[in-house]
Amino acid sequence: MTVDSLHHTVAPADAGPADPALVQLLTPEGQRREHPNFPLLLDDAAIRDLYRDLVLLRRFDTEATALQRQGELGIWAQVLGQEAAQIGSARALRPTDMAFPTYREHGVAWCRGVPPEKILELFRGINFGGWNPLEFRLAPYTIVIGAHTLHAVGYAMALQREPHNDDAVIVYFGDGAASEGDVNEAFVFAASYNAPVVFFLQNNQWAISVPESRQSRIPLYQRAKGFGFPGVRVDGNDVLACLAVTDAALQHVRSGQGPFLIEAFTYRMGAHTTSDDPTRYRLADELEKWKLRDPIERVKAYLSRSGLADAEFFASVDVEAEALADRIRSACVSMPDPDPLAMFDHVYADGSPMLDAERRSYAEYLASFGEA
Amino acid sequence: MAVITYRQALHDTLRAELLRDPNVFLMGEEIGVFEGSYKITAGLLAEFGPERVRDTPISEEGFVGAAIGAAMLGLRPVVEIMTINFSILAMDQIVNHAAKIHAMFGGQCAVPMVIRTPGGGGQQLAATHSQNLEVWYAHVPGLKVVTPATPADAKGLLAASIRDDDPVMFIENLALYNTKGEVPEGDYVTEIGTANVMKEGEDITIVSYSRMAAVALDVARRLEEDEGIRAEVVDLRSLRPLDRTTVVESVRKTGKAVVIEEDWLSYGVGAEIAATIQEGAFDYLDAPVRRVAAAEVPLPYAKPLELAALPDATALVKVIHETLDATRFRG
Ligand SMILES: Cc1ncc(C[n+]2csc(CCOP(=O)(O)OP(=O)(O)O)c2C)c(N)n1
Repeated sequence: MTVDSLHHTVAPADAGPADPALVQLLTPEGQRREHPNFPLLLDDAAIRDLYRDLVLLRRFDTEATALQRQGELGIWAQVLGQEAAQIGSARALRPTDMAFPTYREHGVAWCRGVPPEKILELFRGINFGGWNPLEFRLAPYTIVIGAHTLHAVGYAMALQREPHNDDAVIVYFGDGAASEGDVNEAFVFAASYNAPVVFFLQNNQWAISVPESRQSRIPLYQRAKGFGFPGVRVDGNDVLACLAVTDAALQHVRSGQGPFLIEAFTYRMGAHTTSDDPTRYRLADELEKWKLRDPIERVKAYLSRSGLADAEFFASVDVEAEALADRIRSACVSMPDPDPLAMFDHVYADGSPMLDAERRSYAEYLASFGEA
Repeated sequence: MAVITYRQALHDTLRAELLRDPNVFLMGEEIGVFEGSYKITAGLLAEFGPERVRDTPISEEGFVGAAIGAAMLGLRPVVEIMTINFSILAMDQIVNHAAKIHAMFGGQCAVPMVIRTPGGGGQQLAATHSQNLEVWYAHVPGLKVVTPATPADAKGLLAASIRDDDPVMFIENLALYNTKGEVPEGDYVTEIGTANVMKEGEDITIVSYSRMAAVALDVARRLEEDEGIRAEVVDLRSLRPLDRTTVVESVRKTGKAVVIEEDWLSYGVGAEIAATIQEGAFDYLDAPVRRVAAAEVPLPYAKPLELAALPDATALVKVIHETLDATRFRG
């Protein structure tokens, strides 16, 4: 028997929504459920707001994908399918909590108040990462897989030095990232120092072309146990459950009980990035199955069925989404090219005589062509 | 000779070596089902199966370390690291282990493995995905570091690296994958540690490697055609071991040298070559050795900034002219 066949017999995939351990507060059909450990304390208006967040985020993401296709962005990492995981978890944060994202956390950025235009600036290459991490409490996007989980732990350890500060940290990463040494070392550190950090793992089933079964033989949330802290699997397409579970996890870490792992079980409905073609490695069936668990449709079904929102409300959100798309499109296409000399600007916090000299000689070099 | 791409030459050589030696196997992220981020391993999983073409979890240190262990038992792992930037995560395994096991255990156990990985900028992949880190590895005794510039060398050096009994860093360049060139058919091996004089000339020596060697060759041909300047182009091909003799002999003939590399300037290959030249050809020099390299900044993502930061043909031509002017060559 080869290692591969052994691997697949032991760990069958799709232990998903059928898993009894999965926390779900809103079924794919839009039925509310209760969970003894994760009560949801939200008024009706707050649920309508979550719906609005989800729709606007999806519209932003769709527009950014189109902009990339039209050559206006270098690349785009779609969030399509993961909206509930990101909106639900990030809406549980309070303003002073800190979030550490990967490259796909546009929904988290949205909740932190980062203008979508700032994210487009990054993917268009207008500047070197448009927002101030401390102003928005959102660290810069990280592309080298897993590295930022350690930064999150270090930030959380720094918070522990402030006696009356019970802010928390949340760090986002993927099922693929869970295999990196950095992530496992982050687990060890967070546990060892009891750091106030929530590890928010979006298991979107795929790390580019590699299925989750290659990364883990057990459901990923169960890994937390081995490191000595709690782990919970939540329906990542259920915005209410993601909010309730993250809320509980934040309370846990704030109260000095150490780290918490949330595995949001979700699906990357789009390509890995606009450079990828997922039809080469996964079946269309799978996508069709996940479309039935769409994160937005179930909230809409719940709101309309229970009379919490009417057609007029849904129409007004759609109008707002179109306006958002128009706004970011025109902002994006009119962004100016950066000045070549800008590349020397921020290499050192306090500047550098060596770079100043290099900047001057580069300016002269450029000027020498102007004269010719 | 067939004219094929650098990518095809790498693919065909991997396939030929898999056929030739059952101890050879491939391991890395996305190399099987996905056929490699840059499609070098296309079709190989289907042909050789998952024992010999292994998709790994995302753990660079993990699969490099595992390859070392397999190599100690006599297998010949050929590891693909998506880009040289992620080799940093495996640095301990490469520098402290692969490079040292043979020496530290008295020569009792070799580590015959290859790490294939592309470096290079110009693809709008931003600062953490566009670096040229080959000098880090070239600095380390116990490693061999090769940097093919042409499809023929991609073939000859890859075959040599896989058959070599030491760990070899086989460094590709993203912008070379689609370049074409003549490639000898059949079993073809290029000796590691030999530079290649790509074009002969008497007026000035241009020393380079990898993508910048291709740029240098292009510039040399144009200068000869347009201005009658006869530049000699030396492609180092291998950074460790380094063929100092070929470089020194060329400069003894021309009396002038320019080094061009895609990497940052400070502590780079250019510095090593300039030192080699002053040690071996000081009395023959008519002008200082000049270096052309990248701006010393994290490579920007914006296209115009990225192009501005990288060395190119225009910068090379300018420095060649300045060097020749300094010796009144151009009258
Ligand atoms: C250290 C490192 N290795 C490899 C890569 C290339 N890479 C980029 S994204 C990715 C897959 C990540 O999958 P996952 O963590 O599941 O996140 P997802 O993209 O699915 O959100 C890989 C391998 C990288 N960016 N960094």
